[in-house]
Amino acid sequence: MKKHKSHGGEPKGIKIILIGISVLFLVTMLILPLALIITQALGKGVRAYIEAITDHYTLKALQLTLLATITAVAANTLFGITAAWCITKFKFKGKQFLITLIDLPFSISPVIAGLIFVLIFGRNGLFYGLLEQFDVKIVFALPGIILATIFVTFPFVARELIPLMEAQGTDEEAAAASMGAGGFTIFWRITLPNIKWGLLYGIILCTARAMGEFGAVSVVSGHIRGKTNTLPLHIEILYSEYQFSAAFAVSSCLVMIAVIILILRNLVEWKAKKSR
Amino acid sequence: MAHKNSVVPGFRLTLGITLAYLSVIILIPLSSVFLKTADMGLREFIDAAFNKRVLHAYGVSFISAFLAASVNVIFGVLLAWVIVRYDFPFKRIMDGMIDLPFALPTSVAGIALTTLYSENGWIGSQLSKAGMKGSYTVFGITIALVFIGIPFVTRSVQPVLEDLDKGIEEASLMLGATRSQIFKKVILPELLSPILTGFSLAFARGVGEYGSVVFISGNMPMKTEIAPLLIMSKLEQFDYEGATAIAIVMLLVSFIMLLILNLLRRRTNKFLKE
Repeated sequence: MKKHKSHGGEPKGIKIILIGISVLFLVTMLILPLALIITQALGKGVRAYIEAITDHYTLKALQLTLLATITAVAANTLFGITAAWCITKFKFKGKQFLITLIDLPFSISPVIAGLIFVLIFGRNGLFYGLLEQFDVKIVFALPGIILATIFVTFPFVARELIPLMEAQGTDEEAAAASMGAGGFTIFWRITLPNIKWGLLYGIILCTARAMGEFGAVSVVSGHIRGKTNTLPLHIEILYSEYQFSAAFAVSSCLVMIAVIILILRNLVEWKAKKSR
Repeated sequence: MAHKNSVVPGFRLTLGITLAYLSVIILIPLSSVFLKTADMGLREFIDAAFNKRVLHAYGVSFISAFLAASVNVIFGVLLAWVIVRYDFPFKRIMDGMIDLPFALPTSVAGIALTTLYSENGWIGSQLSKAGMKGSYTVFGITIALVFIGIPFVTRSVQPVLEDLDKGIEEASLMLGATRSQIFKKVILPELLSPILTGFSLAFARGVGEYGSVVFISGNMPMKTEIAPLLIMSKLEQFDYEGATAIAIVMLLVSFIMLLILNLLRRRTNKFLKE
């Protein structure tokens, strides 16, 4: 009968040790860095903190980050829905290959993602002559930053939607179509309500990555203060100028955003589980 | 399977948009790397892509990414196990926290870890008492990559572990198997495929990672210089050929490794199903 007791789990000792190691790991790897950011940010007092985060260049950088993030997330959301519709509602050759291509940016270094746009649009690039003629700047300007951000966050929404829509099948859509509903109506009335939590989840992940992207944006930005500097790049500049508490003050704002994103993520996941 | 194309509308439109967007954002830009390489002479390419300093940087990048992904396999499985199987206070918070490295900008992580592991940092000062150095070493780089990779293995293992049929474990227990036997023979084989997925995602991310590593690595040539940083510094000197040559080697190696890992995963899946 003794065996019966330990039925569902390990002996208590092992359980406590395993939980202890996990907690220790997370505390050293995740909580200590966060605690450090907060203490360093406030290291020079509250006034210096507020000065750092309301600094002209910080606000400019925030503006740019928001603009690039919103554009990239909107573009990739539209694309993600379109691609997921195409991949899950129809059968065609090369589907698996298409999915692999969509996932490609995950295995490419952000620095290389920046490099390819410099190679195409930068000096000596393929389209440089053409851009010069029309006086359009892409690299070291806003369009380059947006393009690089789009590249890096390309798969997030599509990747979240494809398995979800695959699992839901096409019966409901086919029924609506045979009753004469148009494509857009079908999507709006039938597909969207079914995928809304998954979609939101993808958008949250995409936003998080877009806001924090550093490597790719760093290559194409040119680091012009007040013009092509995003928040993560601004932090680097402050840090390399030994303005540590300012760098950590700006960082602490991004930590807050990250925590909000995490809470939203968990909320959406919980809602999605409940609605199933 | 009766009809190839369903009655649902929009096939041509969505496929068209998907392919067009994919080409403009991914395929055409990516092809520039290959075009640029084709322009270079072979001699020139080998000099740029395989000189001593560059070879050392590949070494640092791939080795530290491999080590970090391996550490993440161990802790990832442990975290997934603890979260799925046990109940304890603050479990929900712990579960939610695991995604922090996804949500936190890499440059923020970079400066925080560098300060933490520098000689006067909270952890670095403890390490230096033991005669070790954190920041500005390959060890430091690995720490940053472990941080970045925490969610990958945990999040791929977790759902599989949740779906695992506990009946089999109970049956094995009844039949007299020990706990470690059950883990090795019943649970681990099921987890192999998600572990490989998580490992390859963490590894790919680690090899290419830039933001969190540049600060903690110290960027000393032939010591702690990583390959993405070399691309960056070549670009700053307008040496586009040099940057491209390194990029193409990294791309090819990553693709080959992902291919191998994919094959390996397909094999373990097949093996398990038989």
